[in-house]
Amino acid sequence: MPSTETILNVGLTHYLALSAVIFSFGMIAVLMRKNVIVMLMGVELMLNAVNLSFIAFAKESGNLSGHIMVFFVMTIAAAEAGVGLALAVAIYKKFHEVNIRFFEHLRG
Amino acid sequence: MNHAILILTLLIAPLLGFAFNGLRFRSHNAYLAGSVATAASFISFLCSLALFFQLKDLPPEARHLTSRFFDWIVVGDLRVPFGFTVDQISAIMILIITGVGSLIHLFSIGYMSHDERPSKYFAYLNLFLFNMLVLVLGDNLLITFVGWEGVGLCSYLLIGFWFSDPAKAAAGMKAFVTNRIGDAGFLIGMFILFFTYGTLTYSDLLQLIPQVVESTWTGPLTLAFLFLFIGATGKSAQIPLYVWLPDAMAGPTPVSALIHAATMVTAGVYLFVRLSPALIFAPHAMEVIAWTGAATALVAATIGITQWDIKKILAYSTVSQLGYMFLAVGVGAFGAAQFHLMTHAFFKALMFLGSGSVIHAMHEEQDVRKMGGLRKYLPITHFTFVLGWLAIIGIPPFAGFFSKDEILWQAFSSPHGSKALWFVGALTAACTAFYMTRLMALTFWGKSRFGKDVHPHESPPSMTIPLMVLGLLSVIGGWVGIPHVLGAVLPGHPSNLFEGWLKPVIGHVAHHEPNVIMEWALMGVSVSLAGLGAWFAYHNYLVQPNLPKAVAAKLGPVYRAVANKYYVDEFYDRFLINPLIATSKAIWLYIDVNVIDKVTYFAGDLVSGLASFAKTVQNGKTQSYALYMALGVAIIMTFVMWRG
Repeated sequence: MPSTETILNVGLTHYLALSAVIFSFGMIAVLMRKNVIVMLMGVELMLNAVNLSFIAFAKESGNLSGHIMVFFVMTIAAAEAGVGLALAVAIYKKFHEVNIRFFEHLRG
Repeated sequence: MNHAILILTLLIAPLLGFAFNGLRFRSHNAYLAGSVATAASFISFLCSLALFFQLKDLPPEARHLTSRFFDWIVVGDLRVPFGFTVDQISAIMILIITGVGSLIHLFSIGYMSHDERPSKYFAYLNLFLFNMLVLVLGDNLLITFVGWEGVGLCSYLLIGFWFSDPAKAAAGMKAFVTNRIGDAGFLIGMFILFFTYGTLTYSDLLQLIPQVVESTWTGPLTLAFLFLFIGATGKSAQIPLYVWLPDAMAGPTPVSALIHAATMVTAGVYLFVRLSPALIFAPHAMEVIAWTGAATALVAATIGITQWDIKKILAYSTVSQLGYMFLAVGVGAFGAAQFHLMTHAFFKALMFLGSGSVIHAMHEEQDVRKMGGLRKYLPITHFTFVLGWLAIIGIPPFAGFFSKDEILWQAFSSPHGSKALWFVGALTAACTAFYMTRLMALTFWGKSRFGKDVHPHESPPSMTIPLMVLGLLSVIGGWVGIPHVLGAVLPGHPSNLFEGWLKPVIGHVAHHEPNVIMEWALMGVSVSLAGLGAWFAYHNYLVQPNLPKAVAAKLGPVYRAVANKYYVDEFYDRFLINPLIATSKAIWLYIDVNVIDKVTYFAGDLVSGLASFAKTVQNGKTQSYALYMALGVAIIMTFVMWRG
């Protein structure tokens, strides 16, 4: 069983590993799920995984740039969620379902 | 007037006539179409006359009027000006072309008055005139070649003018294809000349070749002339490509007169006279030309004896007379060749138009067995035909006598000539007299053999006036070239104006001292041979009409061979055309279908197979594209991290 010190001594590697895991979950949600809302949630996950990396690096290097970057990302994430949900609502109004296949008119 | 403007007018007048009639080709008004076409041709004739007199005023050495309008082709060393030259040779040619051409246009108005498509006919006729003028006026081989091809096209269009008859359409095709074989030779000859001497302009070639010929090998020159001669055998109907000309008689008769007697078929002779200062340095080529010409003359004349179609007889006669011209070219008698070209244009155009008048009168009947005794129905046609007949068989003082006698004498006496060539020529003269007299006897003299329902009538003046003018020319046309021995005893001592006129621009071969007694003797021999041939034919066909049949029966196989044109067409069919078709078919069925097609199909299948595999990547699903992006990023990241 690991010692308390080991458990409490959370370093950069741990944050980055968590960030990678969250990012992968988000990406899988975006690539695999058909529901637009779930996909938007996946996008949020990916953004927040990146935010986590930023904060971890900022703390490690003692540099505030990372924090500032995170605010920007959160702002854009909010805007993106707004646009994405608006699209989802529009699709729902038209098709009574929010499935990604209604967007699949890109076939050449 | 400026000569450039004259040359331009000369060329453009028939072209405008072509445009006028060509644009209203549906019109049925033969008189309007014919008048416009004839006027266009006549304007050209006036320009030719003006150019001729301008040329005459210049000193003999400076007699050439050249206008180069622009550079037509400039590629590397090849520089082809779009230029035209009027000199002694082309002046004679344009006078013949536009003069005889105008008469034939005039004749056509009457002849084609009942045709369905007169505008088309006159448009083609004017286009032909334009191309023929381009041919003779071009100051380099390439412009000449343009005209050469143009007249070939018009010949094709006019032979097949009544194209709804498949035989006539096929005759046009045959002429076109046969000429194409010759044209390939012409092209190769041009390539060799350009490759060797670096220019295609006549003046440069004729200046350069005599200078370099002594220090260089003349092989390419001989080869070039032999290839050009292949071109000439196509256009001017010599062995082995003469077969198209008799078939070309399927066209309207004035076309036969203009294209297949007076002008186009003489293009080969013109080309060699034009190049004669260089030709004399290729004696082997000259020997080939002389013997080909002599052989053609004799072969065609013997075939002419056995034909029954009035136009076919005249066609073989034309082939035979063209053979004479090439005989003259081959023995170095270029002046005589050009002279015979001119006199032949007069009397042969006359006889073709005369035969047209006969055919018109007999309601499209061309078989001489169904004619006879037409003298009293067609007095003017008969009278002018007699003049042409006397001219072609070489009775003095008609035009043909002087030119033919000059050729025979040169064939005998020239250093390139020989007794054998003279003998063939003289024999041909006897045959010519025989078949022309036969034609006269069967058509005009004796008893009429046509049915009671046929009422021949003399043609309208628009047809008889050209006949009379050409008849006059057939009488006096030879007087410009009276040989020296004859001129010496005639009052006023007329000299050989024609030779003197051409002298600065044609090649000269060294001559022995003229043997006056020999020349008189040969003249006597050729005239008596002609007389003998004529008398024999007269005797055969009028005095004892059963004799020809008996002779034909006695000769049996020989007669059949000659009557079937020596089976030349059958020979070509069997040994050239059919094997060619069979080979092509074999290549199509085995090589094309099995190899070439399959290779291309395989290439196509390969591409479409690969494409259908690659196509699955682009399925239009947004998420797939996002996946590709993610994979791409992952690959790039892996790559970057792996490199450190």
